[in-house]
Amino acid sequence: MALMLRLDDLSVGYPGAGQPVLAGVSLESQRGDFICIVGRNGAGKSTLMRTIAGLQVPLAGSVALEGEDIAAMHPAVRARRIAVVLTERRFSPGLKVEDVVSLGRQPFTNWRGRLTDDDWRIADDALKQAGASAFSGRYFDDLSDGERQRVLIARAIAQTPSVMILDEITAFLDLPGRVEIMSLLRRQAREEGTCVLLSSHDLDLSLELADRIWLLDGSGGLAEGRAEALIAAGRIGRAFDTDEVVFSNDRKRFELR
Amino acid sequence: MNDHAPRVTRLLASSFALALALLALALYALAFGQISLSVPDAVAALLGTHTDAMTTQIVVEIRLPRVGTAILAGGALGIAGVLMQALFRNPVADAWSLGLLAGGQFGVALTVAAAAFAGPAALSFLTVFAGPSITVAAAAGVSLTAVFMLGLGRRIGAITLLVVGLMLGFTAQGLTSVLLHFAARAGGRVYGGWSDASFAGVAPENLPWLAAPIGVGVVLAIATAKPLTSLLLGEAYARSLGVRVPALRRLALTATVMLVAPVVAFCGPVSFVGLIAPHFARALAGSARIPALLPLAALGGALLALAGDAIVHQPWEQHFLHLNAILAILGAPTVILILVFSPAVRGWR
Repeated sequence: MALMLRLDDLSVGYPGAGQPVLAGVSLESQRGDFICIVGRNGAGKSTLMRTIAGLQVPLAGSVALEGEDIAAMHPAVRARRIAVVLTERRFSPGLKVEDVVSLGRQPFTNWRGRLTDDDWRIADDALKQAGASAFSGRYFDDLSDGERQRVLIARAIAQTPSVMILDEITAFLDLPGRVEIMSLLRRQAREEGTCVLLSSHDLDLSLELADRIWLLDGSGGLAEGRAEALIAAGRIGRAFDTDEVVFSNDRKRFELR
Repeated sequence: MNDHAPRVTRLLASSFALALALLALALYALAFGQISLSVPDAVAALLGTHTDAMTTQIVVEIRLPRVGTAILAGGALGIAGVLMQALFRNPVADAWSLGLLAGGQFGVALTVAAAAFAGPAALSFLTVFAGPSITVAAAAGVSLTAVFMLGLGRRIGAITLLVVGLMLGFTAQGLTSVLLHFAARAGGRVYGGWSDASFAGVAPENLPWLAAPIGVGVVLAIATAKPLTSLLLGEAYARSLGVRVPALRRLALTATVMLVAPVVAFCGPVSFVGLIAPHFARALAGSARIPALLPLAALGGALLALAGDAIVHQPWEQHFLHLNAILAILGAPTVILILVFSPAVRGWR
């Protein structure tokens, strides 16, 4: 086990917005961990992930990657170690699948962005690992949501990161698609030692597949642990239960009250 | 397993073919016109080995500046088109379609009018320093329009932005005409009569004022090509790839202004070239990576501009053909095809 991520008394949110979205989070993650971040809408999943990715600065505290403060990292250095996959659906005029995947190599290329044979080989391998080789040659915008997510994951794999951060990427997929993507990511964590952070609304699957769960309770707190431990402590129910539905600790799923 | 080599070959072959076509067209344009020369004569005149002073004068003093201007301006607009389509994330963006050219003209017109009303001293200053002053005035107009359109582009869709850009262009052109009308009355008829585009009107002493900013623009464009590619995927991805997006935007915008301002200052509003050259470049490269597109779009833009100019300067009996008319006939149907069929526009419709 090697320490990868360390969150130290971290508060995230938006300056001037009053309350931080999350406050006082301290935890550690290891190399090869497949982590699912769960919590209700607005609990701060995206804000937390953007902060860890270095896309926004912490309100207080710090995130360190192998001992280095992420907020203080040079952007070019950070880009070699952290890859992100986001949900935002933007059109990408004229980009081919290869263009998208090879963008994962951009932090490693020279000033002109010249891709070497090695870069292309890594990009090809990434496409294969993500099960997206069949899409090569096609326009990225022509792909379905699921196909596009695979290409974006391939792009992240091609970036050969230490930490991979994926925000709600399974939202548009059907159940088999979600399972496939999640086991693909778990394999990436196991085989490459990448620390994979995935936020998901899919509580059942997350509890079943993740090595560790980060549970956002919706009131600024975060509980970290193995799924069984969080369930046994009744924390899942406290974070998710409403007047209508309740989480059953025995059956590991929601039931109507 | 490695399909990397064909990609490079394809890029080199396309660039080479375009460069060859450009060279052939340039030789044709130097040799043929109102007075027809043979290609060997034209080449001899270029090399200074021709004895006939008349031939040398036609080729070197009349045709060469025009051909050179067309190549420079077309190449600049092609590269600017690539930059703008990435910057605006809009497949129909270009200096002409988003009103930057008209904005630049308006900047020049304002400067001329102001000088005319300020008095003869200001006007003669402007006349003496015509090259730099109209380039700077055009750059100011182009910059303001570009910044305005970038701001607007964040709020409205790509096609709406195109329509707004065209309307803005008409407005600025109308205002330019009105301004020049009154400026002419006040005795400031310095730069009147360039509501149409032409590559023929650049005085040889002004050629450096055309070429130097374009040179700077090309260097900046090459410098921004790598990070700009990642911006095609969206701002968040670009940042996650280590790109400082605001700085990149400023640099790409500066490059665009340097490329576009001298063209509008000396050639007027050259339509369509910058809009369609990037699409040809993408089709030829089989990719949207900016570093691969720049040489192809530059060569394609130059080829298109020179072809339009060559058609205008055929030995017609009468001279009513305008460059923009030719470019519209070539360009507008292409834009229609792009809007209807191009994969690059899919999703925007």
